Amino acid sequence: MKELSLHILDIVQNSIKAKAKNITVDIDEDDSADKLTITITDDGCGMSEEFLANVRDPFTTTRTTRKTGMGISLFEAAAKQTGGALDIKSKLGEGTTLTVWFGLSSIDRAPLGDMAGTMVTIIGGAPDIDYIYRHKTGKGEFILDTRELREVLGDVPFNVPDVLNWINGYIEEGLADIS
Amino acid sequence: MKKSFADLMEIRKRTLNQVNLRVDNDGGTRVVVGMATCGIAAGARPVLKAFSEEVTKRELKDVTVTQTGCIGMCRLEPIVEITVPGQEKVTYVHMTPEKAARVVAEHIVNKQPVKEYTIGAAE
Repeated sequence: MKELSLHILDIVQNSIKAKAKNITVDIDEDDSADKLTITITDDGCGMSEEFLANVRDPFTTTRTTRKTGMGISLFEAAAKQTGGALDIKSKLGEGTTLTVWFGLSSIDRAPLGDMAGTMVTIIGGAPDIDYIYRHKTGKGEFILDTRELREVLGDVPFNVPDVLNWINGYIEEGLADIS
Repeated sequence: MKKSFADLMEIRKRTLNQVNLRVDNDGGTRVVVGMATCGIAAGARPVLKAFSEEVTKRELKDVTVTQTGCIGMCRLEPIVEITVPGQEKVTYVHMTPEKAARVVAEHIVNKQPVKEYTIGAAE
């Protein structure tokens, strides 16, 4: 993948398929530790210990149509080439937390890319789920909590073009403030 | 000016005032973009964005743009399926944002599928 934000878009689809009601995407750019850490947490169905043990294997998937699932193994490979690592914790019935860190200044690290585009694609694709997107840099923190937006919007769903457009702009402006 | 929650409130009022707020859209045109690992890696996110923007810009009210998983022909991604009511489903392959704009104009608005972008032309 050309951008880390594309991996995030891909991995969050797993949380959506796991029937999560709440998904948190946490990004921490830590200059002093030279680490970029991405954490994706959901309260979906979780994985059994047996499935979890094999989940990084590209030939492990819940899909029944084909036998390959590349998402997690690609994300892990992208992290490893920067000296980083990927970790997954999961419990059946409780949910899953995926943490992946990258060498922030590694020349082999793909750029984070269009995070506003990723969040808007996720929210527009599964508008009934609630999301928290938290992004920390040395300059500050940006938080988008869709529950706050839902309070303002009432019955108007997230997948109305004007709403998605607003969310896109809101994230772009918020990230510009902390970059 | 910066985006504020007051703007969001305005959007809410404006949307609720639209008489034909589409809750479901069984009778309209459907645009489905493959958004699995293969599609995302091949560039499906900007393609989806281009379709959404083009449909919004042209104020096409009876068109829904949605996402799906892997359609099964990963080497042809980004793949987009378009169903216009009364016509057969058309599968577009190797899509780009530029191609998306042309497909909206010619296929969705003028009902003439862009044959050179379809799976039939590629295979």
